[in-house]
Formats: sequence, C-alpha cells, structure tokens
Amino acid sequence: MASSAQQIPVSPADRPTVGDRIFRVMCVAAAFISLVIVVATFVFMIRESRPAFRASGIKGFFTNTVWNASTGTFGVKGVLLGTIIIALIAMTVAVPFALAMALFINEYAPPRVARLLTSAVDLLAALPSLIFGMWGFFAFKDHLIRVARWMSTHLVAFPFLRLSEPSARLVGSSFIAGVVVGIMVLPIICSISREVMARVPRDLCEGALALGGTRWGMIKSVVLPFGRSGIFGGVLLGFGRALGETIAVALLIGTVVYKANFHILEQGAGSVAALIAIRFGEATPLERSGLVAAGLSLLILTFSVSLLARRIVGRKAMP
Amino acid sequence: MTSVILESDPLVVGDPGALTPLRPSEQPKRKVRGLTRSELVEYAISLSAGVHLAVLLRFLLDWDDLLGSGLIALIVFVGVHYAIVRARSTPDVAIDKAVTTVMWTIGSAIVGILGWMTTYVATQGLRKLRPSFITEDLSTVGALDAGGGAAHAIIGTLQQVGLTTLFVVPIAILTAVYLNEIKGRMSFLIRFVIDALAGLPSIVAGLLIITISPGFAGYKASLALFILALPLVTRTSEEVLRTVPDGLREASLALGAPQWRVVLQVVLPTARAGLVTATLLAVARIAGETAPVILTAFNNTSINRNPFSGAQSSLPSFVWDLIKVPDKIQNDRGWAGALLLLIIVLIAFAAARLTLARSERKLGRR
Repeated sequence: MASSAQQIPVSPADRPTVGDRIFRVMCVAAAFISLVIVVATFVFMIRESRPAFRASGIKGFFTNTVWNASTGTFGVKGVLLGTIIIALIAMTVAVPFALAMALFINEYAPPRVARLLTSAVDLLAALPSLIFGMWGFFAFKDHLIRVARWMSTHLVAFPFLRLSEPSARLVGSSFIAGVVVGIMVLPIICSISREVMARVPRDLCEGALALGGTRWGMIKSVVLPFGRSGIFGGVLLGFGRALGETIAVALLIGTVVYKANFHILEQGAGSVAALIAIRFGEATPLERSGLVAAGLSLLILTFSVSLLARRIVGRKAMP
Repeated sequence: MTSVILESDPLVVGDPGALTPLRPSEQPKRKVRGLTRSELVEYAISLSAGVHLAVLLRFLLDWDDLLGSGLIALIVFVGVHYAIVRARSTPDVAIDKAVTTVMWTIGSAIVGILGWMTTYVATQGLRKLRPSFITEDLSTVGALDAGGGAAHAIIGTLQQVGLTTLFVVPIAILTAVYLNEIKGRMSFLIRFVIDALAGLPSIVAGLLIITISPGFAGYKASLALFILALPLVTRTSEEVLRTVPDGLREASLALGAPQWRVVLQVVLPTARAGLVTATLLAVARIAGETAPVILTAFNNTSINRNPFSGAQSSLPSFVWDLIKVPDKIQNDRGWAGALLLLIIVLIAFAAARLTLARSERKLGRR
C-alpha cells in the first residue's frame, strides 16, 4: 500500500490536478468579468464625458443650473439636487412604513399571516418600476394631489410645503414622484431590516418580556437598539435605489426642470436618471456626452451610498 | 394552594415519589394569542366611536373624501382605545395597544397597495387583451385602429431576457464558486466589485452599453441587463452555496475526488433548487427593466427576430411608448402590454417560490 499512498492528494490546495487547474482558471476568469465591467464603466464614462466637461468646464458642470444643447452649456447642480430631493421624500415615506412592516412581520403577525406578508413584500420588490410608475400616474396621482392640496393649505409652517403662488399646479411634483418611489423602495428596506431584526437573540427579547415589559417596550429597548446599524444600512441601500430610479420618476414628473425646485408640492421637478431617459433619444453628440457626464455624477453618488450601506450591513452580519 | 402551584411547576419536582405533579393536560390552558372578552369589548367600543364620528363628520361637513374619512376613523379609534386602556391599566400597556393597532393598519395598507396595483393593471389590461394581441404586431396599425398587438414585443423580451439568462447563469455561478469554494486571494476585491455593481442605476447600465457601441440592437439590451443581473444572481448563489454542509465536501474530498468534481457533482447539485430560485428571481427583476432597454434596443413596431441587428421592441419599451402619449386607444394597448409583463413577472416569481418550497419539503422528509 506504500506505493499508492503517494497518489492520495494531501489536500486540494497543495496539489491541484490538471482538471482543478482548468476549473480554477475558469472561476477566476468569471469572477474577473465583474471587475472588468466596473473598471470599464468608469473608463468609458470618463472618456465619453470629456467633451461636455470641456464645453462647460468641470466646475461649471457641477455648479450651473442650465441644460442647453445648442450653446453647449450643461450644469447638473439643479438636477442632482432634484434627485436628492425626490429620494429624501421617498425615504420619508418608505422608512417608517418599512420598519413598521418589518416589525409587524417579525413580532406581531401570527405565523401564517407573517409568511403571507413576506411573500407580499417580496412580490412588491419584484414588480417592475414601470408598473409602479403607471399605477402612480393613472390611479394614485389624483389622491396624492388632494393630499398635497391639503398639506399646502394646512401645513404652511414648513417652508418647503408652501406654494410659490396660490394657483400653482400640483401635478408632476417632486412630492408625487417621491411618494411613488418611496413605495417602490419600501420592500428593500423592509426585507433587510427584517433580517437584521430577526437576528436579535431570542433570550434577550424573552428576558425583556419576562421582566414585565410590553411587546412595544421590548421592541424599543431590545430589538431596535440591537438592529440599529443594520437598519441604517438597509435605509441607505434603499436611498441608493431611490437615487437611481428612472422610469417611474420620468413618467410622473413628465418634463425635467434644470433648476432645483424646493417647493416640493409644485409642478416642476428634476432627476438625473429621468433627464437621461427623456433627453437621450433626440440628443446631439455633444448633449449625449453631457448626459454621460450626468450619468457619471449619478453613478458616483449611488456607488458611494451603496458601498457605505454594504459596509454597515456586512459588519453587522458578522457576529 | 401553595403546594398545588409548586406541584404544577415541573421544574420544582425533584422526587417523583413524594410529589405527584399535575400532568400538562390537567392544567388550565393559558391562551397566549388571541383576545380576551374584555379586550374585544374595548376594541368594539373604540371602533364604533371612530366609525360613527367619521360618518357624522362626513354628513355634517359634506365630505366625499374616503381616504380622509378613513384616516379620521383610524385616529379616533386609536385615541379612544388608548383612553379606555389607559383608564384600566398602565400607560405602557396603552401605548403597546396603540402601536399594535398602527402595526396592523400599516401591514394591511401595504398588502392593500399591492392588491390595488395588481387589480388595477389587470382591469385596465383586460380591456384590450385578446388572443390576437399576442399574435399581431403594430406595423400596420394606425393610432386610431382597433387591432394590433404585442407579438414583436413578446419575441423581443423573450430573446433579450433569454440571452441574458444564458450568459449570466454560468458566469454568476462560477463567480459564486470562486468566492465560496476556491476562496481565492482576490475574493475581497471581487465582493467589493459585486457590491458596487449592485448599486449601479439601471439607466447607467444602458447608457454605458450605448456609448461603448452606438446603434440599436437587441443583444445590447441583453448586455445591459446582464450587468444588472450579474450581482443579483452572484450574491444569492453565494449565499446558497454557503448553506451546503461542509460534511459533503469533506466526504467527497476524502474519497479522493478533485475539487472540480466535488463542485460539479456534489456542491452544485445539492444547491440546485436555490440556484434555480436565484435565477428565476433575477429573471423576474430584469424582464421589467425599462430604462436600459429603451436606450439600447430602442423600440420597433414590427417583428424583428434577429437580436443582433436593428432596433428591437420588448414589452417594457412597448408599454413605455404607448403609455406616454395622451391617447386612450394607445394607452389601452400599453395597459394590455403591462398586464402581459405583470403575468411574466408573476410566473417567474411563483416558479421561484415553488422551487424553493419543493426543495424545502424534500429536505424535510429526508
């Protein structure tokens, strides 16, 4: 048996066979495709956006609030701000509802209802944004306009809820787009924070209940503090998605205004993604370059948000 | 009485001869879930208070806003209920009850929105969805004509999503194998890159492809969708591979199998159901992606069976083009297309769920 003992592989890492080598090369090649994609994205987008940067200057590109293809002056400041405004409105809607839904599924609902609700949330996450946009535009918009009308007359204490003039139109506002986008990103925040909150050690929860705490008291003192950083990461991930949302926003705001509109209930809103979707079809080569530059600025924004979010969620995943 | 309580506690029973504990069936059953009668009465009183006040306000102030009335009823309900419970118990308990009501309301509101959205698409879409809608295209149909269909868009969607799936499945699974089985030195970098890709806005994927190679074609839509699907499938696959027990790997390595056979014949077959689920969920997600598709494959009114040349329609771009115009007939066609899209997404979603449930059942029986 001594002669055959030499053929037994000691460990797969020490002496790979020919088949193993080929297999590993294949896996490495596949893994590097995603690296190539990310590098290529930045290389190409920086290269393609150079004409636009040259035409309006890098500083001008980020500080101007005009978009004029014929004179070649582009500025994304207003549209970037508009993107952030819509995403912030979306978060205001999504975060409380998503957290409540997550807590409801984890702590309140009977098991059968909880399973059903999990499926419903997953399905909501799978529905195309186009369908959200259409539903928002044809079915939900009129209700939201009534809510906006009510807020603009009763909540004038908040400056951003005031109208610039009483006769201002309320369709195509950041508010409407933001609420629909909020419903869209709700399932993402819900499922991430639900997973994080399900990881709370059950002994701690039961301990809180055994000490005479109510269910809400237990959530407030155990579940929420324990899951805080994970929840924050989930919220950031949802924020990243809201920043990049295109079709629903484009449908709901109709046209893009290039100057940031802080009257969120009024007609006139903008977002980088909607700008690209609406303008790209009829753009001249120089304007296309401007759109690529706008896409690049959006990309940098969403990359930093989602990487930060991953870092936070990932850290919590490791005990 | 004290001794009975002690006896009924199974933990205290040290000597079975001296004490005879009550068997569990003899103890009065405590209800953990459900409502007691007094709780039911509290809920009934508060509910009637809320509903009555809302109805009263509706008539007195002549409101016709159902949403507002419902909100008023809810607020009054929670307030009255809080007051009743507060009078009978501590503030903590009252707050707990109020939060419970709010939670149930939000849960049903979200399910309600999902139901509203799907039934709305279904009722709008069914008006125009005939068998001919699936077999005809829009090439000979004017804006005001009755016929026309989405055959060209269905073919486009099937080809584009099919092409994407064909490429994304092997590459994503191999990447997951690299991350979880080979655990190469670059794993950290690859994970970082996958996370970055997952945060890529869908429109940027389309913008990237069309600036790299100008000109519309169906396969370019597939490339853009590939970029979007890659992180989705990779991440889920990696998680699925992580659930395969190490014992299986070690057993086959101990039998002398090289690593590639361990992965191909043991790890991947064990994880098959999870991998299929990951793929189906990704298909459900990319089938409805609109933004990258309208930039890369554009749209078309006639059937283009060749995804490698010329503009090609797909269901999302078909719907997007018809829904933007302020015209009832075109909009109705768009809604029918949206219903088809919804059905495709629902089928993929349900298939994913079924695969997962079946594999879980099988594992449970073993």
